[in-house]
Amino acid sequence: MTDDRALKNPQFESRIFVLRLLFGLLVVVLMVGVLLWRYFHLQVVRYEGLVTLSDRNRVLVEPVAPTRGLIYDRNGVLLADNRPSFNLSIVAERAEDLDSLIEEIDSLIGVSDTEKTRFYKQLKRRRRPYEPVPLRLDLNEREQGVLAVNEYHLPGVEVTVQLLRSYPFGRELAHVLGYVGRINDREIQTLDPVRYSGTLVLGKTGLERYYEDELLGQVGYQTVETNARGRVMRHLERTDPIAGKDLHLYLDSRLQHVAYESLGEERGAVVAIEIATGGVLAMASAPTFDANEFVTGISFDNYDALLNSPDRPLFDRVLQGQYPPGSTVKPLYGLAALESGIANKDYKIYDPGFYQLKNEERKYRDWKKGGHGSKIYLRDAIIQSCDTFFYDVGVRMTIDTLSLYGSRFGLGQKTGIDMPIERAGIMPSRAWKRGARGLAWYPGDTVNTSIGQGFTLATPMQLAVATSRIASRGEMRSPKLVRTEHALLPPAGRIQASDDNWNYIHQAMQDVVHTRRGTAQIINRGLNYHIAGKTGTAQVIGIKQDEEYDAETVAKRNRDHALFIAFAPVENPRIAVSIIVENGEHGSSTAAPVARKLIDAFMEYYPDSEFIGGENDPR
Amino acid sequence: MTQGDFVRHMGSAGSGFYGTSRQWHRVYLDLPLLLLLMLLAGAGLFVLYSASGQSVHYVNRQLVYYAVGLFVMLTVAQIPPRFLERWAVLPYLGGVILLIGVLFFGVGAKGAQRWLEVGGFRFQPSEILKFAVPLMLARYLGQRVLPPSFKHVFFALIFIIIPPILVILQPDLGTAILIGISGFFVLFLAGLPKRYLGFAGLAAMVVLPLMWFYILHDYQKQRILTMFNPEADKLGSGWNIIQSTIAIGSGGMQGKGWMLGTQSQLDFLPESHTDFIIAVLAEEFGLVGVLLLVGLYLLIIARCVMICLGAQSMFGRLLAGSITLTFFVYIFVNMGMVSGILPVVGVPLPLVSYGGTSIVTLMLGFGMLMSISTEKQRAA
Repeated sequence: MTDDRALKNPQFESRIFVLRLLFGLLVVVLMVGVLLWRYFHLQVVRYEGLVTLSDRNRVLVEPVAPTRGLIYDRNGVLLADNRPSFNLSIVAERAEDLDSLIEEIDSLIGVSDTEKTRFYKQLKRRRRPYEPVPLRLDLNEREQGVLAVNEYHLPGVEVTVQLLRSYPFGRELAHVLGYVGRINDREIQTLDPVRYSGTLVLGKTGLERYYEDELLGQVGYQTVETNARGRVMRHLERTDPIAGKDLHLYLDSRLQHVAYESLGEERGAVVAIEIATGGVLAMASAPTFDANEFVTGISFDNYDALLNSPDRPLFDRVLQGQYPPGSTVKPLYGLAALESGIANKDYKIYDPGFYQLKNEERKYRDWKKGGHGSKIYLRDAIIQSCDTFFYDVGVRMTIDTLSLYGSRFGLGQKTGIDMPIERAGIMPSRAWKRGARGLAWYPGDTVNTSIGQGFTLATPMQLAVATSRIASRGEMRSPKLVRTEHALLPPAGRIQASDDNWNYIHQAMQDVVHTRRGTAQIINRGLNYHIAGKTGTAQVIGIKQDEEYDAETVAKRNRDHALFIAFAPVENPRIAVSIIVENGEHGSSTAAPVARKLIDAFMEYYPDSEFIGGENDPR
Repeated sequence: MTQGDFVRHMGSAGSGFYGTSRQWHRVYLDLPLLLLLMLLAGAGLFVLYSASGQSVHYVNRQLVYYAVGLFVMLTVAQIPPRFLERWAVLPYLGGVILLIGVLFFGVGAKGAQRWLEVGGFRFQPSEILKFAVPLMLARYLGQRVLPPSFKHVFFALIFIIIPPILVILQPDLGTAILIGISGFFVLFLAGLPKRYLGFAGLAAMVVLPLMWFYILHDYQKQRILTMFNPEADKLGSGWNIIQSTIAIGSGGMQGKGWMLGTQSQLDFLPESHTDFIIAVLAEEFGLVGVLLLVGLYLLIIARCVMICLGAQSMFGRLLAGSITLTFFVYIFVNMGMVSGILPVVGVPLPLVSYGGTSIVTLMLGFGMLMSISTEKQRAA
């Protein structure tokens, strides 16, 4: 060390230091230049653009969700309402520890696993920072109170008010109205993000889905000044949303109630149509479910229970249930026989209890063991529901005529009702069988078809439409749920048949109910008007040759479905109904009484003979 | 030097605050530097009041930090440079030992161990090294024949490199680089031969890619990537830079006015009262404010350079020079990272950002500068 000191040259070393320091200062000046250039670039060159960004930051355009349109029945009874709901949301950015916060809330007011799963799922979606994510919808008063008291140690928790759908007739109209539910990941891909900004739910099924566009309304906006936490500091301007359109239905909630009441514990479907307009008066599918459960998000367990129930409560039997129509098609084919000249009013057969095709051993049985005897005319065949008669005329008319008339009455095609999902059923024909099965048509197929069995399938709605067309003497109308401006449109078409033949069929159907031998005579007691009807039985399991159907030994679920179609009053038909009771065995015993109750109620509520969809009808 | 001495000297200053520089030199203080620092602190408090959302609490605490810093500076200023030189090894050795201690007993958060806890009091030993390394290097090289020989450069590099390596292990890359730079400045000012600079450049080209793959943590890489493309992660690490550039740019030439900066007042700007406080200043006082602040910093640096040139010993020159240049590096890194031309490395804006640690460390450095500036008076 001392050596070094001895060799030191202070002047020389100072010069080195000064030069180096000056060099350092040069670099400092250059770097200051870089900094100032950068700040100049940001504050002068890019000033305009960054000011815009700063304003965009500060001023947030917030969507204001429109109020969803309400749904009323034909008498102005509210069927779908909007009620305020207090929702708990969490701003994840403000929560200190999200998981323990949710545990804390759980211990205070309870949070189900389903809600937690939904919350975390939604949290992962794209969102702007400080956007609240809903955890629990629809808090009750006690829960709101508990949260208010504990708010100070629950950072990030927000309780907001939102309008939420509610269904006063949650169970009875679940299938008709459908329900709204939280928008899910898949739906978000296809929705217009602007229209749905601010809206939490959309129509998932039923009318809520079909009329989503009308019900939704137009989103509004308000510009607000927010801080980075999304908290609104000041309102700047506002464009009000436009509420969705209200829907007015043809449906009468009282008749709907009667439909469910009279079905009782049975599974099945009830449809009632106003003949003059095609308006649906009642439309019930049992068992049903409570649509309100879906609005706030049904728990996974409850949903599984509904989905996996053997009774299939979520399944809309009216539009999606396809049943063999059985003998309810006989009035249509009877008209076909008269119109095609295959069987006039004087045509009669002898019924030994079975029918045989030429050159065939096989016996096609009548439902009545031993048969209906001799001198069976068309009217007897309808009144007593004689199968053998229709086997005979059916084969003689050929499948082509059956298929033609069946189609005119709406079988095998969608009715065009204003609902999102509808099945078309099957009206078999040669072309259909070749296409669907790749097989030729056999005469035996015609035999089965002529009594509404075999390949034939129809929904309860299709049967009601067919009944309405019989009652109106061929006016072809599509059923409709929602009333539009033009309540009374002329029918889209007309089934051509002579008045005589219409009268003949109407009379036969009236006699089904009003004569002693009629299959539905059970419902004529105390009637002060005339009902025309036709019973039907749809086989659930095939019956082999030479085997007797024994209701006692067949398990309830394998028993036949009971069907009944009817219209009334016969002289001036106003209402057409179709009923199906699953595993109800006979149309006469289980389905027909349902129709009687429904038509009775209708006649009581609408006694005057004027059609009820007229101009003076209250809207 | 005890505190008693200090009080006695204060009393002998006679004409008080308005006395001449010469009189202030009796208490070993450099009046221009002191005034400039107080001006900076005053301006800093103004900005802090706005940046903290008009928080009197923050302003009061910052005042306490300034007071502690001033006390530290005044105290250190009383220590003669010779004394500093004699004991320069102590803080270095002590600091290195504490750094090793941190690796074994350190506490911290977010995967980094940076603090030592003694009796409920937490401190970062890496702060000690910020002044201990230049002290150590200035002592070592100040006593050698300059420009240093290969042997001396070699040992100097060893002294420089040990603390940053220990700090990187914590891990705290930003601080490690700043410590290394402060040591390197001493070596550079001591006349490090130019060929070594060339070697250093080559070495950097080899080491930097290696660091990327083996030393940098994911979050550090992320910060560097974010600097080049902040839009890639708008809501994550890019958020800070996007918001701070918006804040600076929207300030324009004149600024939006004190306490009227929407970016900072509405909380879009993160860390607005600590590392990102320059963005608040730029937003509310515009380019004019930035120029005034930079001007003030340059005046401080100019005064420091004068002190360097007037230093009596090579130890003093080297130490003062290193402190001065390092002070500028803090300014450059902070203003650079907030405006988006450097990665975000948690360096506060000297004497303006809220926070006690940085203020006290910086004031300690200025204390040493003052001690050096008055070396002549002591000799007399």
